[in-house]
Parts: sequence; structure tokens; C-alpha cells
Amino acid sequence: MTLLKLNKNQLNRWVEELISRQLVIGVQAKGDKFDFAPLQSWRQLRLDYDVTLQPPKQFFLPPREPLLSFAVNGGYGSVLDGQPFVLFGLHPYDLVAINQLDLIFGQDNPDIHYLKRRDAATIVAVDVMRPSKHVFASSMGTAVVEKGFDVLLTWIDDGYLVEAQTEKGNALLSSCRGGIAPTQQDLANRQKVWEHNRKHLNAYQLKCDPAYLPKLLERAYDHPIWEQRAKTCFSCGSCNLVCPTCYCFDVRDVVALDLDKGQRQRCWDGCLLDGFTKVAGGHEFRKARADRFRHRLYRKAKYVPAKIGGQIACVGCGRCVGACLPDIANPVAVFNELLDQLGIS
Amino acid sequence: MCQCSTVDKKDIYLPEPATVVEARMLNKTERYLRVKIDSGQWDYVPGQFVEVSIAGTGEAPLTIASSPSSGDGLEIIVRRVGNVTNAIHRLQVGQKLGIRGPLGRGVYPVEQAKGRDILFICGGIGLVPQRSFIKYVLDHRSDYRKVVILQGVRDMEQRLLEDELSAWSSMPDVVVMETLDRPDPRWSGHVGVVTTLIPKVPIDIERAVISVCGPPVMYKFVLMALREYKVSHDDVYLNLERKMKCGVGKCGHCQINHLYCCMDGPVFRYSQLAVVPEAI
Repeated sequence: MTLLKLNKNQLNRWVEELISRQLVIGVQAKGDKFDFAPLQSWRQLRLDYDVTLQPPKQFFLPPREPLLSFAVNGGYGSVLDGQPFVLFGLHPYDLVAINQLDLIFGQDNPDIHYLKRRDAATIVAVDVMRPSKHVFASSMGTAVVEKGFDVLLTWIDDGYLVEAQTEKGNALLSSCRGGIAPTQQDLANRQKVWEHNRKHLNAYQLKCDPAYLPKLLERAYDHPIWEQRAKTCFSCGSCNLVCPTCYCFDVRDVVALDLDKGQRQRCWDGCLLDGFTKVAGGHEFRKARADRFRHRLYRKAKYVPAKIGGQIACVGCGRCVGACLPDIANPVAVFNELLDQLGIS
Repeated sequence: MCQCSTVDKKDIYLPEPATVVEARMLNKTERYLRVKIDSGQWDYVPGQFVEVSIAGTGEAPLTIASSPSSGDGLEIIVRRVGNVTNAIHRLQVGQKLGIRGPLGRGVYPVEQAKGRDILFICGGIGLVPQRSFIKYVLDHRSDYRKVVILQGVRDMEQRLLEDELSAWSSMPDVVVMETLDRPDPRWSGHVGVVTTLIPKVPIDIERAVISVCGPPVMYKFVLMALREYKVSHDDVYLNLERKMKCGVGKCGHCQINHLYCCMDGPVFRYSQLAVVPEAI
């Protein structure tokens, strides 16, 4: 573990140095919002952002990617992407989401397409400086992280406290010029930031410990809330699209114009979309809109947690709250209504 | 942070090349294929499935219809319903296809059923996914007791594997009962849905192992019919169909509440499904 304190200029020079050596994807302004994109200059990097439009999953599970190339008359080959890159400026809740995807794609039948990209990435996380309008990471216990990153940056009023926790992180930090060893006061200041964030990234307060959610949902399956909320659902899948832990995908064959070769491509899919469970012949196993709406929240707070050691697969980024036009997607609103009506037992 | 080395891992989406060694139509919509994996025969268990891949069209999940005891190659029987299955229908002997598998951890109880009577309840093409288990049992005849196969189809055109059913029915301690949903002047046998055969079954249903596969609507009615008997839910096996797109527990399409049809199934014990409302 390496600890360093950098002033703004030193951080900027370090970022510039990294950009000159390799692909660095960082948080940038996009209109009056923010998103991840390749950095050309340190000037583009905005570590004071509130939330990015898209979660960072796209860099490991792209919206569309080739899995295989094939010749129509035979022969398949794996298409793998292992170009090293730095992902700069992830908020802790997004980091938790990536670490959940690591478990999912690494377990049972490991998915080398995901894992190769993941191995090629060095992740620089940054503690939140400006809470977004809909964030509820404090409620979900994801406002602050102690592990899972290669490097963590924390703004402590007069500079950044930089912690490298892995070999990759140390290697990245080795190209940093300047900086001083942090004092006890600096470390105490970082603790203060963490304590603050643990409480105040919380536009919505979940009325229970998130660890209780799987038990709550055991009693909520036939509750009228699913029908009530889903009444105004457009089945647009925006909640799936912007969710940092949604990873369902479809696979399609795309044939080149020469009709001789092509690619088997993976693309994002969403369990809210009509047709998600439709099989050849036309039968659709989860046809009702309310059932699809319920399925998403059960994935987040019951089904996926059972696969990843109990972690709740909602990290409180709040993106779905902002993306949902009829304003029914907010997981906290759903869980709190269930808690109000069913109580804790 | 990810410590996993990807170097030595195989690509779970990469099909293996295979060759069609036998192909024929069973009726107007069902085609039989025997394929050989180019790299050599696979070990598999009755109930496991494969993803059959046609480059440029896609993949379809199909239960292996042969038994590991019945020799070389894998048999698959495919109904023509979508793009991929239509493309599979066009395959001729000698042609190549891709194949991934064997997939699925929820399989038929070839061990647990030893020394027991077995009742197979099949709706239409639901005979095909059970054929692997049926053939396995018939290939290890002395390990099992009586075998009863109920086969219900909609009409004459939907009948399939008639020769095989008839050959099985002439074996000792094997009873095959066929029924047609709709009467037909060419049909002199039983008429009615498959559940109407259950009271006629010549074994003690309450002590038998029961295996069920058919169209989605059938399961509920079969289970209702079985409620008349004191059947243990541990002894009823249901082979469920879902959109098993990736087949390896990632893509999310085949999820049945918390279960993945492709990983936890496709064969489930009824007792496993007690808290799984989406199953049936």
C-alpha cells in the first residue's frame, strides 16, 4: 500500500503523464451532465462530478461486442479485447458494482471476454465530492469503499490523498512526480470525508438495513405494489440500461456484406423489455408488465445477492430514479412502501 | 483488483465443430439428426442439453435426445419453429455445425430411480427431452422396474417416433399408452388429453418415479391430476423450457425466479419448485 498527498498541479501532471502513455478513460462534462470518455488532456477530467450518465460497466461489458468471429461455412474463433487502460474517477458505489460483476462473470463458468478486459484495467476511484440529486449510496452501505480499487483519491481541502492498494495501483503511481507523505492530520481529514459521505450521500433513506431486503422480499411477492407501480411502466428498459449492476445480454449473429463471414455479437438486454423471455414458437414466460417490474427488484435485492455472498445488487447510484419517466423505479421508494406495510419481522 | 487469470480458461461461448452423420424427417415439423463431435465423443448425462450453433443464424438450446449408453454421436430432434431450428432442418449428412455443451446440472435421476417403477408423461415433442432417460433405462433394463410411457399429441400430424414407441411397447415390463387430443377417423386408440391416461396407468403411481415434459400449459394439469395420488414431490421430475440463450448462467433470459433453467435445470424436482411461482 502506498499513501501520497498530491496538490492539484501534481495530480494534473500525473494525469497528463498517464494520458501520454496509455488509454485513460475519465469523467468529463457532457453538456451540463457528466460521462466517461477517453481523456485527451487533464483539463477534461472532472473529479468534482455528481454522477455519470452511464455507469462504468460499458468498459468491461460493452453495449455491443463481438464474442466470436466465424466463417459462414465453418470455423469459429474467439474475439478477445485485452488493451490495457486506466479507468479514472469511479465513485465508490460504481466500484462496488464492478466488483459485483467481477464475481458474477468470474464464477461457475468464467467469462473470459469480461475477465480479459477487467484484467487489462487499472481503476482509480475517487471519493464523492458532490452528491447527485438521487444518490442513496449511504443507505446501501456503498458510499465509501475500503477495497476493490487499484488507486483511491480523496479530496481533503488542500490536496488529494492518494492510496494505491494493488501492484497495478503502485505501478500507476510510480509515474507520479512530486507529492509528499501524508501527515496524521491528512489521514484524519480523509476519515472525516468518509464519515461525512457515509451519512450524506442519501437523497432517499432506506428504512432498514439493506441486509434485511432479501427477507423483506420473501413476504412481498404477491403484494399489490407491483401491479400498482407497473401500471404506468413504459417497459422502456431505461432502469436496466443505466443500472451499474444490470448485466443481462442477448447474443446475435451479424453476417458481413460478403455473406462469407460474420460475428456473433453480445449486446445489452433488459428484463423490463417485453419479449425478454419469449421463446421460439411465441410463448413468453414473463409476459405481464408487473411481473417484469417485480423481477428487476427481486434480482437486485434477492436473486443476485444469493449468488454473490449476500451483497445487495443495488448500489444506490440513483441513476434509475432519474431515468424513469413515470418515476416508479426508485428502489428505496418501493422497499420503504413494503416496509411500511409489511413491517420488519 | 481482479486476481483471476484468464489465460488458461476456455471461451464458454465457443462452439466445437461437429458433423451431421444421419438426418431424416420424423414428421412434417420434426427432424432427427445424429451428429458427431469432431474432437471426439462427449460424456453426458440424460437431461443435459447443448447449444446448437449455425454460423450466421445463431444458437438454439436442445436437449440431447440420445442416451450416453446408446453409442456414438449425439442425437437431437428438432421442431421447426424459429430461425435457428429452420436452419438446423436444412442441414444434410456431411455438413458441419457448431455445438456447445453438455450443459445443465439439473438432470434425470438415473441413480435415484434404480429399483423403481418409472412413469414418463410426455406432451407432444415433450417425448424428445425424455428420450435420453427412457433409452438409458431401457439400456440398463435390470436396474429398473416397470416403465410406463404416456404420450399425448394434438393430432395425427403431430405423432412422432411411432416406430420407436411401438418397439418399446413390445419389450417386457414396458407399457406405452398413446392418446390424441382430437378424434381422427384414422385413429382407433385413446382420445383425450394426456392426463386422461393417468388413471389407467398399470403401476402404483404413488411409489413410482415420475418424469414430465410437454408444452408449458401441460405441467399444471399433470400436477393437478397427480394430486389425486399421494405422490412425493421429491419423486416428480419436470423438464422445463425457457429461453436458454447463453446456456451458462450469465445472460439472464432463462431465469425462473432465483433459478436458472440452464444451470439449475433444465430438469427440476417438483419439491425444488415449491417456492418458485414462475416455474409452472
